[in-house]
Amino acid sequence: MSSVDLAPEHHGIRDTELDEISLHRRLAETWRTRPGLIGFLSSVDHKVIAKRYLITAFVFLCLAGLAAVVMRIQLSGPERGLIGPDLYNQIFTMHGATMMFLFAVPMVQAVGLYLVPLMVGTRNIAFPRLAAFSYWIYLSGGLFLWVSFALNTGPDVGWFAYVPLSGPEFSPGKRADTWAQMITYTEVSSLAVAVATIVTVFKQRAPGMSLDRIPLFVWAMLVTSFVVIFAMPAVMIASTFLILDRLVGTHIFNPAEGGDALLFQHLFWFFGHPEVYIIFLPATGMVSAIIPTFARRPVFGYLALVLSLIAVGILSFGLWVHHMFATGLPKLGASFFTASSMLIAIPNGIQIFCWLGTLWEGGRPRLNTPLLFVFGFFFTFVAGGLTGVMLASVPLDLQVHDTYFVVAHFHYVLIGGSVFPLLGATYYWFPKLTGRMMSERLGRWHFWLALIGFNAAFFPMHIVGLWGMPRRVYTYPVELGWGGINLFISAGAVVFFLSFVLFVINLVWSATKGDVAGENPWDAGTLEWATSSPPPSYNFARIPVVTHQEPLWAEREVLPVAGGLRVDAREVLISTIAEAKPDIREKSARPSIWPLFAALTVGATFLYSIFTPWAVVWGALPITISLVGWFWPKGAPEDEE
Amino acid sequence: MRRGLGWIAALSGSILAGCNGVQSALDPKGPAADELANLIWLFTVLCAVIWVLVMAVLVTIMLRRRQRRIHPLHVDQASERTVSRVVISAVAATGIVLVALTLLSFFANRTLAGVGEDAVLTIRLTGQQWWWEVKYENAEPSKILTTANEIHIPAGEQVRLVLQSDDVIHSFWVPSLHGKLDLIPGVVNSLTLKADKPGVYRGQCAEFCGLQHAHMAMLVIAQPRADFDAWYADQLRDAAQPLTEEQSTGRDLFLDRPCVMCHRIQGTTAGGTTGPDLTHVASRRTLAAGTLQMSRGSLAAWIADPQSIKWGAKMPVMNLTGDELNAIVAYLENLK
Repeated sequence: MSSVDLAPEHHGIRDTELDEISLHRRLAETWRTRPGLIGFLSSVDHKVIAKRYLITAFVFLCLAGLAAVVMRIQLSGPERGLIGPDLYNQIFTMHGATMMFLFAVPMVQAVGLYLVPLMVGTRNIAFPRLAAFSYWIYLSGGLFLWVSFALNTGPDVGWFAYVPLSGPEFSPGKRADTWAQMITYTEVSSLAVAVATIVTVFKQRAPGMSLDRIPLFVWAMLVTSFVVIFAMPAVMIASTFLILDRLVGTHIFNPAEGGDALLFQHLFWFFGHPEVYIIFLPATGMVSAIIPTFARRPVFGYLALVLSLIAVGILSFGLWVHHMFATGLPKLGASFFTASSMLIAIPNGIQIFCWLGTLWEGGRPRLNTPLLFVFGFFFTFVAGGLTGVMLASVPLDLQVHDTYFVVAHFHYVLIGGSVFPLLGATYYWFPKLTGRMMSERLGRWHFWLALIGFNAAFFPMHIVGLWGMPRRVYTYPVELGWGGINLFISAGAVVFFLSFVLFVINLVWSATKGDVAGENPWDAGTLEWATSSPPPSYNFARIPVVTHQEPLWAEREVLPVAGGLRVDAREVLISTIAEAKPDIREKSARPSIWPLFAALTVGATFLYSIFTPWAVVWGALPITISLVGWFWPKGAPEDEE
Repeated sequence: MRRGLGWIAALSGSILAGCNGVQSALDPKGPAADELANLIWLFTVLCAVIWVLVMAVLVTIMLRRRQRRIHPLHVDQASERTVSRVVISAVAATGIVLVALTLLSFFANRTLAGVGEDAVLTIRLTGQQWWWEVKYENAEPSKILTTANEIHIPAGEQVRLVLQSDDVIHSFWVPSLHGKLDLIPGVVNSLTLKADKPGVYRGQCAEFCGLQHAHMAMLVIAQPRADFDAWYADQLRDAAQPLTEEQSTGRDLFLDRPCVMCHRIQGTTAGGTTGPDLTHVASRRTLAAGTLQMSRGSLAAWIADPQSIKWGAKMPVMNLTGDELNAIVAYLENLK
């Protein structure tokens, strides 16, 4: 079988009627991003939007990383005076908020935005204009935060912004409002991407890609997107209540008027713990993509891995109280959360064991940089996971909570569990994005420098935490004897930072001078490698038909394809949810400038609303206008049917 | 096991046993911290063993001599089943370890909750930005004692600590004696503190509470019972009378200036309660919640310019001449 023909229709030109050359020409004409500034701002190509996301998130990573370096210099010795408490508090808040909201979540979602449509074999993400809108909102939220910081109104209440400290009485001025609205921007954008991802995975998979043939990275993005949808509203409620307390004069969090300060923590951590898994699950998907390629065999325990992903996604909502053990909650209730926090180690353990099983059963692994970073992931993440088990214990947590031990723990989990896989993923998919390989030699240097720098910086933090050093202090007295170890930590941080300098050099050098990569340089098995590098605007000339979990390994010669889509209009194939049988043809939205206008009006409303609640009323008007523009019937040929 | 890995504790102990007391979870000086330190070591050893096992598998994978695979989809069913069994056993082992750790943690928590039924005294600790108000409760109003940043307790006896906050959330943490417990506005928490031996144990606020979170320390000073009773009786007395002309001038200045708006000195008309009680300020070891060692120089520096020492502290700069400053310092220095 080489093609599945769909029922013929009368309108338009179909791919079945064209030879290869005219097919490419027609599709390129239909799907291209138009030239010029307007074309640039109107693009709805998921790859274009994702690349913008990736670059922006990387810039924020660098900014937040610089903030970390400043903190480390300040803490490199006791009673140092590089920066005072006011700036230090802003910087540690900026570091945390940027890393979580402007780097980690957007970064993993962007990788999904780029890869998911390619991996499921479709031409574009679902709701592409929504995806474009989400990028502009994200960009304006990030600019809003960092411009505020430059104007000395950067938030200084921690990325968690506990009340009453962030409330109207103890944080006068606009700094805490900046935090609250930054949350709103970034959550709106990540919710939008989550919705688009879910619909793409459910309805736009290539024919034959039944649920048991979905690549694990796509499964990870699917579960993550659901976690986003259920977790993000909690923090938006928390930040909105905070804004109401600060701006409208409600007393939701004011105990003196019957409010409850702890409510904020419950709402925040009901989001905050799943947030960790929003960052971590996509990384497991990347590991699940890299390991089979380098072990040269399908992943061991596919079903177990999928079920583990889902289990982690669900269980992540039952752990939030372990961030609040020191608040004096009832002991039995706290013990329940010890048990649930321990429980999540089981699906995570299953994942680790299945990956090790894959490597064990695979051939001699090719030790290229992507796999090196996966080994770095094992080395650090397993340690971070185990200290997580320690934190799950109520009594043990009471000694290490809010100390440098916790700082060490979550950097092992977030950097080890997410940044290392992301770096591996960069080396792995860079050829697909740019058409060029990254330098292996620089890559090896980068890996070892990163691994050594990271562990030198963060391992000693466990010890200094147990020695009694609390988090979020801008300095510490000489006589406690923490000076030497902190100097060592700072030196490690500088090495870790330098590894990123090397990474940037590698990126720039490889993008222009790297070896040319073919379609499938690693001989991998999933669909994103079935198209040119970089992929054309329409992703695939003909929609592939999937017969196996690793379609490119199953069909070594020619990939079977489905025909019947129009090439003179943006058509995508909609398939059934479980078995991915071809169902209907559907139009994908054309480029439009309106998502940008909508994002500008929404962003302006958010910005204005840190000054007056009336912003919501006045802002509704331009938002309505931009939405009317967005959804205005075009009368274009493709909308006639 | 503890001794084998105890070098960290030993090292930290030797470094930290300075004049300001110890502040280390690995250097327990009371039953609660002891229990917790045992738990920390147990978890650490178990976790380290698991980590080493996983890494051993990884290293074996890298070092084994195997063929590169030509056909990626060719899978040997027999060895697949073996791996399957190994993975299932590993998951089961993980489950057993986790259940064991959960139970351990549960029982440790119960032990900690169990102590403290027979506390000999109750101390109400109120968190303030950025110092601690310490109030010894007593049925007799004349025996209620208020002090700041220093908690004296009788060694070897259980003391109940009631924790509350007047402004933002703080957290009580004296690692050598007890784990953390938050001080939350609108909530009253309590814990039982016991120091096995006399000594000075340092603690500091462990919940981010604003600008000077870093400078919000306290000392727990455990004394033999007799010393404690003597200290208590001493602290109940009115403030010392000025002994010299300069001290008397200092007192008059203190009572004349805005100092009295915030500070209380028992036996005088100074009755402010928003700042620390100064009735026996010179008997304390530190100033400004552990920021400075108590001395004449520190007192003078603090009063002359508190903002350059602890920027953001609620203590304003008073415009005092050199003589006025000296007089006030002389007066306060006498308030033992």
